[in-house]
Amino acid sequence: MAFIDYYKILGIDKSASAADIKKAYRKLARKYHPDLNPSDKEAERKFKEINEANEVLSNPENRKKYDEHGKDWQHAEEFEKAKQQQRQYQGGGQQNPFGDFGGGDYSDFFESMFGGRASSRGRTGGSVKFRGQDLNAELHLNLRDVYKTDKRTLTINGKNIRLTIPAGVKNGQVIKIKGHGGEGINGGPKGDLNITFSIINNTNFKLDGDNLYTTVDLDLYKAILGGEITVETFDGKAKLKIAPETQNGTKVKLKGKGFPVYKKEGVYGDLYITYQIKMPKNLTKKEKQLFTELAKLRPS
Amino acid sequence: MSKENFIPIHKLCELYQVEMSFFSNLNEIDLIQITTIEQSHYVEQDKINDIEKMVRIHRDLGLNIEGIDIVFNLLQKIDGLENEIISIKNRLRFYEN
Repeated sequence: MAFIDYYKILGIDKSASAADIKKAYRKLARKYHPDLNPSDKEAERKFKEINEANEVLSNPENRKKYDEHGKDWQHAEEFEKAKQQQRQYQGGGQQNPFGDFGGGDYSDFFESMFGGRASSRGRTGGSVKFRGQDLNAELHLNLRDVYKTDKRTLTINGKNIRLTIPAGVKNGQVIKIKGHGGEGINGGPKGDLNITFSIINNTNFKLDGDNLYTTVDLDLYKAILGGEITVETFDGKAKLKIAPETQNGTKVKLKGKGFPVYKKEGVYGDLYITYQIKMPKNLTKKEKQLFTELAKLRPS
Repeated sequence: MSKENFIPIHKLCELYQVEMSFFSNLNEIDLIQITTIEQSHYVEQDKINDIEKMVRIHRDLGLNIEGIDIVFNLLQKIDGLENEIISIKNRLRFYEN
């Protein structure tokens, strides 16, 4: 456990006045406050640091204790015992120099010196009830997993959460589950759980919005003479008629064969198929002869 | 009007230890909407996340109502831009694969 220089964290020197501490804290809090830096873990970490520094330095009693024993924090326990004895003689009995702030998230250094009970927001006061922290989790799924609405049980922080994943959920989309976040402060309600979907597409289909795109090989003769082929769609096979003289790169749209539209049951995007005409290879003598004859019919 | 899905403002004042004027000022600049039912003032329950954020910003950063308004407008812009980035990234994936 390393010593934490709270003065350095707030960018002030040891002789700083209460006003200097407040000013430094406010300046840094404006920069790193989690509400102003959503989803920024580094800012959240920094805010915890400056909050902790402020908790200690803005309270004269804690500041005195920190200044006296900070670098020599191992002796803080002895200091605490001595103080407690002194309080007992005086008839007092407060265990924690910070008072009752509820559950907190402080460094080991802080907890070893001042005890583990402090608020995660220094300026919220003793009895103010706040919602718990919102928790963030990431769920990795394959594209096929989100083609149909699915129910899954996730284990988050040791708790099982039954989650319905609606068909058509997109990569990067966030679903909020109310009341499954961190515990409330001073009896406040629980925070929310935000699940970010990370969807990997390992299919032969490309997804753009709700539409799917794929390429299908078409042999030369079917492209020229027309016919019927069977293609793979996302949920099975489909038969398609090929018009005679179909050109390379021709696109066809299969309406309603795309990806499900999020939270619109039974509504799907479209599937776009691009034909890629495959030229025959290793022609026989006979085939070469016939192609030569064909070429003569269309002199360039 | 039913009081269901509404929270009385006096409860919020008690809970967050702020003055009633804090909520009236937020209402004046349309950051929240105060609804009056049977002579009591309420806010919609699903706005509680935003309200808590406003209280935290006010308390932790010492911002006044105008400051909170600016922050909220900017946060909304950031939110919109982040959603746009996700959507553009998804489209980019389409061309990269």
